[in-house]
Amino acid sequence: MISIKSLSHHYPGGRVINFPDLNIAAMEHWLLLGASGSGKSTLMNILSGLLKPTSGEVLIDGVPLYGLTLREMDKFRGARIGIVFQRPHLIRSLSVIENLDIAASMAGLTTDQEHQLMLLESLNIIDEKDKFPDQLSQGQLQRVSVARALVNKPDLLIADEPTSSLDDVNAVQVITMLREQAQANGAALLVATHDQRIQPFISNAYLL
Amino acid sequence: MISIFTIGRKNLLRNKLTAFLNITLVAFGIGILSILMLATQQISSKLEENAKDIDVVVGAKGSPLQLILSSIYHIDFPTGNIPVSDARKLAENPMVRLAVPLALGDNYMGNRIVGTDQSFIALYGLDLGWGKFWEKDLETTIGSEVARTTGLKVGDTFFGAHGLSGSDDVHKQHAYRVMGILKPQGNVTDQLILTNIGSVYKMHEGNEHQDEHQDSQQDSKAEINNREITALLIQYRSPMSVVVFPRMVNKSTNMQAASPAMESARLFSLIGIGIDTLKWFAAFIMLISGLSIFISLYNSMKERKYDLAIMRCLGASKFKLFFLVLMESLQLTVAGAIVGILIGHGSLYVIGFFQEAAQAKLNGFYFMTDELYLLLAGIVIGVLAALLPAFQVFKVDIAKTLTSER
Repeated sequence: MISIKSLSHHYPGGRVINFPDLNIAAMEHWLLLGASGSGKSTLMNILSGLLKPTSGEVLIDGVPLYGLTLREMDKFRGARIGIVFQRPHLIRSLSVIENLDIAASMAGLTTDQEHQLMLLESLNIIDEKDKFPDQLSQGQLQRVSVARALVNKPDLLIADEPTSSLDDVNAVQVITMLREQAQANGAALLVATHDQRIQPFISNAYLL
Repeated sequence: MISIFTIGRKNLLRNKLTAFLNITLVAFGIGILSILMLATQQISSKLEENAKDIDVVVGAKGSPLQLILSSIYHIDFPTGNIPVSDARKLAENPMVRLAVPLALGDNYMGNRIVGTDQSFIALYGLDLGWGKFWEKDLETTIGSEVARTTGLKVGDTFFGAHGLSGSDDVHKQHAYRVMGILKPQGNVTDQLILTNIGSVYKMHEGNEHQDEHQDSQQDSKAEINNREITALLIQYRSPMSVVVFPRMVNKSTNMQAASPAMESARLFSLIGIGIDTLKWFAAFIMLISGLSIFISLYNSMKERKYDLAIMRCLGASKFKLFFLVLMESLQLTVAGAIVGILIGHGSLYVIGFFQEAAQAKLNGFYFMTDELYLLLAGIVIGVLAALLPAFQVFKVDIAKTLTSER
C-alpha cells in the first residue's frame, strides 16, 4: 500500500540520510526504530507529505506522493493519513468533539457523528467530549489526539514517539490502544520510537 | 461540520477582552461617522423641506442668514421691520407670483405666533385636521405639534406673550381663540400659531386705541398700509428673476433680499469645519482600531503557529487558513461597524428626544443607503489589519513547528 524507494534526504547542514526501501501492506503494523537524530521524524514527515525528500519516491497505491499538487497533497494527508504527534497538539479554543470535527472539516470530509462518538467511547473519553484541552489530563489529551487521527478512517496511522514521556504502565497502555484502534479502524500502523518497552508488541521493524 | 467562521469566533472568544477592545474601537469610529452622516443629512433635508417653495425673503437690512433663520426656520430673531407700503410695492412687482407677509413678535409657550394672510396657506400647501382656518382678528389656526405640546383644542383661548420665547410679558388684554388645527405637515408650520396680521398689531397697541380697531378685517387691511411687517416670503413667476430681483431690492430699496438656498449653503459651510474635524477624528479612531486589531492578530500568530500547523496537517489548504485569519479580523470589524451604526441611530434618537429646537428634530429611525459604506469601511479595515498576519500562514513550516517543543 505504501512503499518508499531509494529515498534520501539532504539536510541544510550538509548531512545526508539514505533510507532503506520499505513496503507496508494494508493493516500491517510496523516499528520505526532508531536513536534520536537518526532521521525517524524526517521519514515520518516525508511519509505524511509534509517534507519533500531530496531524491527517491514515496508511492501510495503505486502513485508517487510528491507528484501530487500541493492541494492534492493536503487532501491526501487529511483523508488517508492519521498522525499522532509526540505532543497532543490540540486546538485550544475548541472542545474535544470540535477538535474531531475540525479534522473532518479541514480534510474536506463530512462529519460522521456516530463514528466520532464510537471512537471517544472506545478510548474511554466520551465524558470529556465537551471539555476544552486545558481541562484534560496529559493521558486524556493523548487519547483525544489518537481519536482525531482516526476520525477520517485513514489507511495509515502514524505515531511519532507516542510513549517517550510515559511511565511503563502507561506506555504499554498506549501501544495497546494504538494497535487496537488501528485494527478496529482497518488502518496500517507505523510507530516511530526509540523506546525499548514497546518492541515486544510489534513484530515488523524498520531500522534506521 | 465546523466552519472556519466558527473557529474564528471561538478563537476570538478565547481573548474576550481584546475582542471587546477592538470591537469598541471600531464601533466608536463608525459611530461618530454615522452620527455625523445621519445628522447632517436630516438637518439639511429638513431645512430644504421648509424652504422648498420660497425663492427669496425680503426683510429689514442686517444679516441675510439671520433673516432666513428667523422668517423661514423660525429659529433666530428677526432683523427688524419693514414698512408695509414698501412691501406692498414689491408684492405687486411683475416678477413676483406670490408674496406672503409675516409679522412676528409674540409666542405662546415657546411656539411662535405668526401674523400672515391666506397666501401663507397656499405657499405651504396647508391641510386642516380639525376646525377651520383663521379669518378674523384674534382667530388662530395652530400647527399639529403646538396642539400636541400645549394641549390646545378647537375653541380654546389663550394669551400670547411678548417676544419669541419666554412668557414674562403676557398680553392680557386680548385672548386668541383656536379655530382650527393643522394636519401634521412635516415642516416648520407644525410648530407655528397662525393668525392674521391685524391680531399682531392689536397686541402691540396701547389700550387707548383698542376701540378703534376691534372690528372687521376691512379696517385692519386699511391700517396695514402705514404700518410695518417683519418679512415677505416671495415666490418668483419665473426662475429668471433669481439674478435680477434680489439685486433690485438690495440696491433700490431700504430692504434686503436673501435667498434661502444660498444662506443654508453658507450655514453648512460654516458648520462644515466642525464636521470635517470630527470626521478626521473618527477616521483617526478607525485607524487606531485597525492598528489594534493588527497588533493583537500579529501577536497571537506566534502562539497560533501550532494551531495553524495542526490544521495544515489535518488537510487544510494554506488559503483556508489565510481566510481563517481574515475571518477573525472581519468578525471584529463587521461587529464593530454594526454596533457603531446602532450607536449612531441610538444617539440621534436620544438627541432628538431631548431636543428643544423642534424645527430640525432628529430621528433615530431614519436609515440611509450611505450607511452601507460604513459597513464597507468596517470590512476594509478588517481586511487591511489581517493581511500581514494572514500572510504568515504561507510561511509556517509545518514539520518544523510540530516537531519542535512548544
